[in-house]
Amino acid sequence: MRSFAFSRAIDFASLPERAALSGKSNYVAGGTTLLDLVKLNVMQPGEVIDISRLPLSEMSERADGGLRIGALVRNSTLAWDRRVRVRYPVLAEALLSGASPQIRNMATTGGNILQRTRCPYFRDNISPCNKREPRSGCAALDGYNRSHAVLGGSDACVATHPSDLCGALAALEADVIVRTQSGERRIAFDDFHLLPGSTPHRENVLEPGELIVAVELPPPHAGARSWYLKTRDRESYEFALASAAVILRVENGVIKFVRIALGGVGTKPWRCRAAEALLEGTIPSPEIFKSAARAIFATARPLAHNAFKIPLAERVLVHVLTLLLKDQPAVRHL
Amino acid sequence: MGDFGCDVSFILNGEPVSCRVEPRDFLLDTLREKLDRTGTKKGCDHGQCGACTVLVNGRRVLSCLSLALMHEGDEITTIEGLESGDELHPMQAAFLACDAYQCGACTPGQIMSAVALCDEPVGPDDECVREAMSGNLCRCGAYAHILQAVRQVRANRK
Repeated sequence: MRSFAFSRAIDFASLPERAALSGKSNYVAGGTTLLDLVKLNVMQPGEVIDISRLPLSEMSERADGGLRIGALVRNSTLAWDRRVRVRYPVLAEALLSGASPQIRNMATTGGNILQRTRCPYFRDNISPCNKREPRSGCAALDGYNRSHAVLGGSDACVATHPSDLCGALAALEADVIVRTQSGERRIAFDDFHLLPGSTPHRENVLEPGELIVAVELPPPHAGARSWYLKTRDRESYEFALASAAVILRVENGVIKFVRIALGGVGTKPWRCRAAEALLEGTIPSPEIFKSAARAIFATARPLAHNAFKIPLAERVLVHVLTLLLKDQPAVRHL
Repeated sequence: MGDFGCDVSFILNGEPVSCRVEPRDFLLDTLREKLDRTGTKKGCDHGQCGACTVLVNGRRVLSCLSLALMHEGDEITTIEGLESGDELHPMQAAFLACDAYQCGACTPGQIMSAVALCDEPVGPDDECVREAMSGNLCRCGAYAHILQAVRQVRANRK
């Protein structure tokens, strides 16, 4: 395996500047994405900066009733937190749907948001891949593309965003708090990830050296239920084929509030504003759920092997809406 | 830190250890090749099989996806650190009693995972245990007996 320089971040303040200056540096926290991809030679950092000892492992209540989650809070810690389980069931369930217990013990909140795609052509380090090597082509477009995206793809890239957590954060309308060279900036979750367009190697709006320091959740929507459902090729330890994160409040038989984000089908965590608008103010019914789900995929671009994801995701979404209409499901015990 | 490596110190199975590693050395390889603790196994080396599971500060993690240098000062427990004196850890004894292995290649990782599971908020049902052990693959398919061993230890701890 290729070597690299290693340093431990001890000086929090000067970190982004130093990281930006070095050019080919990567932060490492949990390591579950970066170090895997370094072993595959897909990522080739000149310097790895260990940020795992920075004081970013705290969770705190916000004055408005929301929750601030430090970027280094591990996925399992977050999923087991009582505030999260009670107030944000969609978040706890999404976390526990992902990876394995060992990986959840390592993976961090900030790192999860930055995790790279599982596209096999990206990972094989041989095939043309515009994400790995700009302007080299895309082997997935005419290759085996069963796991790829039907929403948000371009002629350059159709790689799926793999995160479960991100679906929940999109539906919860979280903010990503980023440390820059001159201070901090706040990015709405839906604006954080970029569509591939002609530059699929740019996956998010972070500038060189910038560091995610926290994710902030708004207060839970009063009276709402929320849930995350994931379908995959096997029951556990597998990435989503289609998943749905939903927050729903029904009052006097009318949908007053709904937020929807889909996973496994888009090139980024897929917030569904049009479907939300279509549902709000209506009387819930199987028909209205189905038409909202169909609306999401009106502009879908299925490839040779992944058209099945469209009816699958539609059914997953309808199922979650139907579940939430009846009750708040209990977060699993893991 | 240059090309000639650097020192890392941590507590391994209760004993302070120090060794010289390169930045690219993983905890797994450091344990096996530099510290002669070969109980921890290398399976896939990509975080997919769980054979390399060890405890870091009491939590189960994958030593194949963790750099040795990231563990300065940490408390690391491997399969060699479970027994006390001549006495097997209850989970090791349960794996023996339940015949919870065939070839044994995944067994150290399975046991480390099972030990950690007992201190995690895992529900009482078999289904919860199966899900909580899903990060450890067994090519021989000893899953039913592994489940039995975990069930036995958890029942005795109540």
